[in-house]
Amino acid sequence: MIDGAQSQTSSVDEDEIARFSAMAAEWWDPAGKFAPLHKFNPTRLAFVRDQVVNHFGLDSAKTAPFEGLSLLDIGCGGGLLSEPMTRLGASVIGADAGEANIKTASVHASEQGLDIDYRVTTAEDLAASGAQFDVILNMEVIEHVADRDGFLVSCSQMLKPGGILFCATLNRSLKAFGLAIVGAEYILRWLPRGTHDWNKFITPAELFRSIERTGLKVTQETGVTYNPLSDRWSLSTDMGVNYMMVATKPKPAA
Amino acid sequence: MGNPLDFASMSGDPTKFDVIIAGGGLAGLPLALALAQGGFQVAVVDVLDPAVDVDPEFDGRVSSIAEASLRMLGGLGVAQHMQEHLQPINDIVVTDGRPGETAAPLFLHFDHTEIGNVPLGAMVENRHLRVALRKALANSEGVTLMAPDRIVSFDVAPSHVSVTLGSGILLEGALLVGADGRRSQIRQQSDIQTVGWSYGQSGIVTTVEHALPHDGVAQEYFLPSGPFAVLPMVGNRSSLVWTEETELADALLGLDDEGFAAECAKRFGPYLGEMKPVGPRWSYPLSLQLARDYVRPRIALVGDAAHGIHPLAGQGLNLGLRDVAALADVLVDAQRVGLDIGALVTLHRYERWRRFDNVSLAVACDGLNRLFSNDVTPIRLLRDMGLGLVNRIGPARRLFMRLAGGGVGDLPRLMKGEPL
Repeated sequence: MIDGAQSQTSSVDEDEIARFSAMAAEWWDPAGKFAPLHKFNPTRLAFVRDQVVNHFGLDSAKTAPFEGLSLLDIGCGGGLLSEPMTRLGASVIGADAGEANIKTASVHASEQGLDIDYRVTTAEDLAASGAQFDVILNMEVIEHVADRDGFLVSCSQMLKPGGILFCATLNRSLKAFGLAIVGAEYILRWLPRGTHDWNKFITPAELFRSIERTGLKVTQETGVTYNPLSDRWSLSTDMGVNYMMVATKPKPAA
Repeated sequence: MGNPLDFASMSGDPTKFDVIIAGGGLAGLPLALALAQGGFQVAVVDVLDPAVDVDPEFDGRVSSIAEASLRMLGGLGVAQHMQEHLQPINDIVVTDGRPGETAAPLFLHFDHTEIGNVPLGAMVENRHLRVALRKALANSEGVTLMAPDRIVSFDVAPSHVSVTLGSGILLEGALLVGADGRRSQIRQQSDIQTVGWSYGQSGIVTTVEHALPHDGVAQEYFLPSGPFAVLPMVGNRSSLVWTEETELADALLGLDDEGFAAECAKRFGPYLGEMKPVGPRWSYPLSLQLARDYVRPRIALVGDAAHGIHPLAGQGLNLGLRDVAALADVLVDAQRVGLDIGALVTLHRYERWRRFDNVSLAVACDGLNRLFSNDVTPIRLLRDMGLGLVNRIGPARRLFMRLAGGGVGDLPRLMKGEPL
């Protein structure tokens, strides 16, 4: 009986693993559906690395400078950020509300031999469980969230005093509408139509207020722009479309 | 450098590296040095005994090293070991002509004083470059040379590539680089196709001594059978790189010294005074061969494994070094932000960066060779006018010179003289 149940489970698992392995291959295909994210990734990873190294005074010459830091990647998708963060030495929890994403990310991480704690959960539930982190990544997520302020409150609760939060999103500007929706979804077909809802985009001023209301202190903001000629992204002062904001949680006065 | 016999991995666990390089030649060793500088653990596997390939009988070729390449070799600790063997090129004179005739009246003249009095590059004998690379390797930490040994098989897994050597040693790395030349085993076994053709020409290479100094001037004659170059070497010596149809080349190689000297004199005239061939003659069949892709998951190709071009512009080594510098840039950047150095997402950046440059130069050299390797009068007149025109238009000429100096385009950090 127990044997029968086990073998059934394992055969189901094998089918599932094959399916999610195929999805992982799709997530990690540089020319596939997620090509824009892969092109964008080195720029935002370098930004996160430099900010975290500076903030905690880490040794940037080390291959794994994040050793000893706990990190939460909210809305981790296929693990495009969780995996590099793990290689940099952080101990990472990747959270995503989509079960398929979590299974995909788990299969890929185990293929890579990376130890990442992937969970199907939400920021609210994780915060309610009392989890705490040195670094929270909240990248290209907030424009997909229903209750933005509630979400940011949960993030803030999970950040340890002295911790650092990253938030990357799209500006609610005409330019963003043109580039991110008309351009990326309709003309270049980089993203499936309907990926973004312009009404959920958020201006830097709104995000600033929402973050600071939770008690965090915004310390840095930067635009990220795409150069179609070099096919590369770079940091810029232009926050008209893509931008990132960094906030820290003050330590209580001793 | 470790001795392969020190490894206790004859049958047990593989020895782990970040990058395994197949081929310890003029692309493989610079790559190993660059990656070690970038903090990687590197293994180099080469079939040749390190004692053999620095023998003057092994490789008689000379290479032109562009300014940017020289900067890179300096940064890698190589150039300082071959200073006395570097012959600066001050001028390049390109002439259209036929054997036994005076040079065409219109010719192309590149004078280095026009782009700020830096030499256009330098000539070095490949064997001196190899010795210098070996010396730099001995001073470098993080590179293990496994030679003579060969790769029997390799197997690409999602998280790594496993390599089995002829000696039985097992290696494991995040990336396997094919720096193993035109007949690259890594390329063939990765099912990467090539396009190209044979030129039906052979390059004859030999060294001559001459009575008069060359003043650092490189001469390139476009003869109907193919380009004929006289490249300055240290002292009153020049390297002849002589392209002929393969059949004729074989006949020339068979001549005695006197007969060979007479054939040389017929082609490059009396301007260096009396001259005589010294040392052995070699011949290499010429072909164009471009890999369709440079990368596969956990596999990358550099140098001749990715592109073998016509040697008329002397750019083969420089292109290989540019590959090396670009790949080192990409891998260091990827590792720095925690990306997988063997993943396609990383390697595609290298491929995009290099392929355009390499294909353009290959096509340019191929076109030049075709244009000049014929003796039809109208075409000859046209190309004489073309050379004359380029010569008269200063900006075009200066651009050609900077191209030859390797200082044009999106340069990797090593070629700009910056640290990785």
